Amino acid sequence: MLVSREENVIVQGITGKQGSFWSERMIECGTSIVAGVSPGKGGRVAAGVPVYDSVAAAVREHRVDVSVLFVPPLAARDGALDAIESGVSKIVLLTEHVPYHDVMQVLAAAAQRGTQVLGPNTAGLVVPGEVSIGILPGFASNIFKPGNIGVISRSGSLGTLMALNLVNAGYGQSAFIGIGGDPILGTTTLDALCTLNDDPRTEAVVLVGEIGGTLEEDASEYIASMDKPVVAFIAGRSAPPDRRMGHAGAIVTGDRGSGDSKVRALTAAGVQVLDVPSQVGAALRSAAQPS
Amino acid sequence: MNLLEHQGKQLLARAEIRSPRGSLVRSADEAAEVAATLGRKVVLKSQVPSGKRGKAGGIAFAEGPDQAKQEAERLLGSYIAGYPVTELLVEQGIDIAHELYLAVLNDPASKGPLVLFSSAGGADIEEINAAAPNKVRSTKVDVLRGLSVTQARELVDGHGFAPSTVGELVNLVFRIYELYREVDAELVEVNPLVITTSGVLLALDSKISLDPGARARHPELVERFGDGPARGTELERRARELGLQFIELDGDVGILANGAGLTMTTLDAVHHYGGKPANFLEIGGDAYTKAVSALRLALDNPRVRSLLVNFCGAFARTDVMTGGVVEAIKELRPEIPVFFSVHGTGEAEAVALLRDELGVEPYENMDDAVRAAVTAAGTAREAARQGTVG
Repeated sequence: MLVSREENVIVQGITGKQGSFWSERMIECGTSIVAGVSPGKGGRVAAGVPVYDSVAAAVREHRVDVSVLFVPPLAARDGALDAIESGVSKIVLLTEHVPYHDVMQVLAAAAQRGTQVLGPNTAGLVVPGEVSIGILPGFASNIFKPGNIGVISRSGSLGTLMALNLVNAGYGQSAFIGIGGDPILGTTTLDALCTLNDDPRTEAVVLVGEIGGTLEEDASEYIASMDKPVVAFIAGRSAPPDRRMGHAGAIVTGDRGSGDSKVRALTAAGVQVLDVPSQVGAALRSAAQPS
Repeated sequence: MNLLEHQGKQLLARAEIRSPRGSLVRSADEAAEVAATLGRKVVLKSQVPSGKRGKAGGIAFAEGPDQAKQEAERLLGSYIAGYPVTELLVEQGIDIAHELYLAVLNDPASKGPLVLFSSAGGADIEEINAAAPNKVRSTKVDVLRGLSVTQARELVDGHGFAPSTVGELVNLVFRIYELYREVDAELVEVNPLVITTSGVLLALDSKISLDPGARARHPELVERFGDGPARGTELERRARELGLQFIELDGDVGILANGAGLTMTTLDAVHHYGGKPANFLEIGGDAYTKAVSALRLALDNPRVRSLLVNFCGAFARTDVMTGGVVEAIKELRPEIPVFFSVHGTGEAEAVALLRDELGVEPYENMDDAVRAAVTAAGTAREAARQGTVG
């Protein structure tokens, strides 16, 4: 998922402390926030925009392309379904600890309607110089700067560090896509790679993955077919192996998921895998010129 | 949250899925008493949350109360897969005709529930699946519509079971799926699911994992099972009470970072520059205001010889986290050196705080802070060694 400045954004949970703080930051970055949603608080104004009781009510008054959700975990499913059923085409679900069964219901409903979902448990999306959606410091010019490198990250904090390292090395970002840290995600690493491969401003991709799950392995075949260079960092390679419960996980994923498995799959796909994030500049230097 | 076998079986019973007769015991005398009521053959099973319990020697078979008592004495107080055994489930021995496998889990690939069934279950299910993947059948469920009869039948048909058994199995698949949905499970696994020599279906063992994110809507489960089996070191248990993610490791570079991804990366970087981390400790997400208690935890680890504070703020504001750390350092006055790398949301305020309150300058980049912390720990280790020798 990418978002442009022309797209209208609403904020669900805009009257909360985080919702209002980050709405102001997003507006600072150029994001076109047209309304907020907060059940029971319709009619108020927050972060300079009108507040509605539901997304259904907001879309009667505004054209809405994107909804970003700052809502508590147990309210996330109904909030997201409100947006999906109201015809919003892109949803950014920031909330952490949304029950997995709720996530599955949201993603199934989104798939039926053709809605794109980023998250849950994502820090959001930044197109530097254009829009910032979520809880990323898109306003910090030492971290996010317009450029030609697309970044995909599961983690907000580590992704931010990688963005900082890119700027320190003289690069900027065409887009930063936080896909989220949960096991079940609306937008996978593969989906985000396809988006960046099709994005004319992106000339190379930095993939920030981590141990667990098989997102990186699942994307490696596609990476091998890409013309744009990809470099990767996988967090947690030095971590002790986790204690898995039952056999079902192993039956489904086999021996994939470990740091070694990811590095093997990515290396075989022609990806240069970094040992530490600060190596990103040197790795890219052979692959893409700063623009 | 991983339930113990006997806890999982309580949930199975609620879903009208039968297990062998038995009771939970905490002493060898109790084991003998229970065994006396169960007939000649009994099984004693250590209640530890490990999938490799049987292979690690945590299960014993006995004939009669005296032998049951002996086996209970042997198991109680021992360690199985790293867990202390304090409870045994003593169950009636079962004459098994067939061992099957049945599980429902959250499947990241299909983004929905996945049901697995095999007519060849048991402890070697992973090996069986690796050698002959078609032995395990699976079906993806549309979570909005639920499991269909056709799906359930396709899992259990064609294995050569008696028609009445097929009917019972279909019924069982539905009950397991409904239980999985009702309790917000990440996994419900029955392995082995057995058909006894008299044709009865029994859940011999079960593994159930509940979603911690859904705790708030299942107060009855929280009340019944608490936080799950206590485990880990004293510091790890303290961290759990504080709601902090903390894992004690065997190195000497203490680590405090925000967010799981950045914290893992900090550990990786310590390894990369030749050091060994003393802990994993992250204060991201909702915990980013808990810097004081987090720092106290890291410093209470006696192995720590240097401390690395690595913040990169997105949602977590570095000024808030650094404020907490500054307060904690003033209060605790650590004797070991502390190294900082601080970037992202709130950076300018955070750097000013460190300068003004502690007279400390954070490192311009994370790698330099990591190298400094690794070097300082090495120097302190060497000094301690010299001290011991001299």
